[in-house]
Amino acid sequence: MTSRYSYGADEHIFVECDEEMSLEAFFKSLSITKAVREAQINGVTEICPANASLQIKFDPDIIKPDDMMRELKSIEAAVGQVHSTLKTRIIEIPVLYNDPWTRETLMRFRDRHQAPEMTDIEYTAKINHLDGIEGFIKAHSQAPWFVSMVGFVAGLPFLYQMVDRKRQIQSPKYLRPRTDTPKLTVGHGGCFGCIYSVRGAGGYQMFGITPMPIYDPNQKIKYLRDFMCLFNPGDIVKWRPIDRAEYDGICADVETGKFAPKMANVDFSLDAFHADIDGANAKLTGALNGH
Amino acid sequence: MGIKVVKPGLSTTVQDLGRPGYYHIGIPISGGMDRLALRSANLLVGNPEDAAVLEASFMGPELEFATDATVAVTGAELPPRVDGDERPTWTSFRVRAGQSLSFGHLKSGARAYIAMSGGVDVPLVLGSRSTYALGALGGFEGRKLAAGDLLPIGSRRGAAEGRSVSPTLRRGPAASAELRMMPGLYWHRITAAAGKQFFADTWKVAPEADRIGYRFRGGHSLEFVPREQPFGAGSDPSNIVDACYPYGSVQVPGGTEPIVLHRDAVSGGGYFMIGTVISADLDLIGQLQPHASVKFVPVTMDQALAARHDRHKVLDAIRQAL
Repeated sequence: MTSRYSYGADEHIFVECDEEMSLEAFFKSLSITKAVREAQINGVTEICPANASLQIKFDPDIIKPDDMMRELKSIEAAVGQVHSTLKTRIIEIPVLYNDPWTRETLMRFRDRHQAPEMTDIEYTAKINHLDGIEGFIKAHSQAPWFVSMVGFVAGLPFLYQMVDRKRQIQSPKYLRPRTDTPKLTVGHGGCFGCIYSVRGAGGYQMFGITPMPIYDPNQKIKYLRDFMCLFNPGDIVKWRPIDRAEYDGICADVETGKFAPKMANVDFSLDAFHADIDGANAKLTGALNGH
Repeated sequence: MGIKVVKPGLSTTVQDLGRPGYYHIGIPISGGMDRLALRSANLLVGNPEDAAVLEASFMGPELEFATDATVAVTGAELPPRVDGDERPTWTSFRVRAGQSLSFGHLKSGARAYIAMSGGVDVPLVLGSRSTYALGALGGFEGRKLAAGDLLPIGSRRGAAEGRSVSPTLRRGPAASAELRMMPGLYWHRITAAAGKQFFADTWKVAPEADRIGYRFRGGHSLEFVPREQPFGAGSDPSNIVDACYPYGSVQVPGGTEPIVLHRDAVSGGGYFMIGTVISADLDLIGQLQPHASVKFVPVTMDQALAARHDRHKVLDAIRQAL
């Protein structure tokens, strides 16, 4: 895995850790961005880890682009072996799959979809050889997912499924992007899941909706008072399928400030994960229940 | 004491010099699209350069002042009127309590910056008063202005009337423009012939041109270097594993219509980019009208830095003059 460096004109350096997505590429991005943050380089204004790449924005009046490039390459060399352990947290996200709101929206944009005769869930279940909607929900919600990038719009997590590659759900994006997506839609494009933090345009397949806000610019929601975005790259997410009654109940609890997301601190080791994926995942999700 | 919005215009938002530091969680820098015009407007009325102003796109608002203020309008040629009497752009003038500020038709450019002594005093959110409408964040209630809004104005003794920025120091927005760009990022994904053609073509600004980005039409589709798509990227040859997007980066979904991301950029996504417009030319993009002709011109890092230096010299000259 050799990194590729490129200038994004005079204010950015873009580093592609790998062309393809993998947890190794993601951990490399996390390690380098963490080291850049710790180096506190004068003139650096943005440090952005992404799925398999990263980007640094800098002020070329303070640090020359050549010097910035040299700094970054020496940081990558010093990081050397990628840190393969991470102290992070796992967050449970309740999901109403196959909900009426994303269903209504997807029906409006059927002409932009690969398979207009099916819903997004039915289509994705089919092309991934899963047993209908039930089989899909099981495959989608059983294993946890890594937040491998936050962005596109404020607070939107990109999620990478923590199973071996042959079990990962994959689906194309819409043929042409929709102009509308309900807020808090659980979506999927390529190998990445996401939660749409705000209502707006989107091209990912739509599977369901969560009652749990993840972005609050007014910082009124209790668990978003400290910071308006819930997610950081490196967080781990576990979906929990819920029914309509529970969905309505959580919405009401969010409204009255009674709802608190279920989360737990965990230690993740890439080596232990690769040695026993299902075992490592069971330990992670067990932490949510106090194990 | 403040200002009442009688008519909001097409899209008028509160902007300052932006909100750096949160791009890694998808919150873009925002702030005035034409930073030099925004700084000039503030200098003209005696504000700090980074005070919050109104950015009006294509059409001016109508505002009723409940307080005396010094006002200046820069950027696009959008003639201001005080109780119906025209005032010059790029020049400070007084508006008294009870008077109204309205605007004539847009003559050139796309975005006017309306500075008022004291600045627009909306709350700081993550260190900035800029509006990020997509995230309903900052500015006035996180959105563009609407009729009936009451804008708070800070108290500051305004500068004198009649201060002006010399026409030689204004960058006049034209019907056609050259955008200097450094090829890079995923440039290697297109063929040499496609790359040459991209710079040879004349592009036109599409109607989809806003604070997030400017889309261009009218050039040839790009031909890709064939490859097996990497895992996670998606099946279209223009897809990449979702990555961070630089400000000014030029993405070409499907290889057809380039989009240059601007101050309210989506911070990342799955479309490849062929390069980045240099920092010195970002202001200019904010002044392009739909249908304007544009050519992209390849430049080196040295040329990009020289152009940036030239822009600094213009700003310094404006500071000196005021």
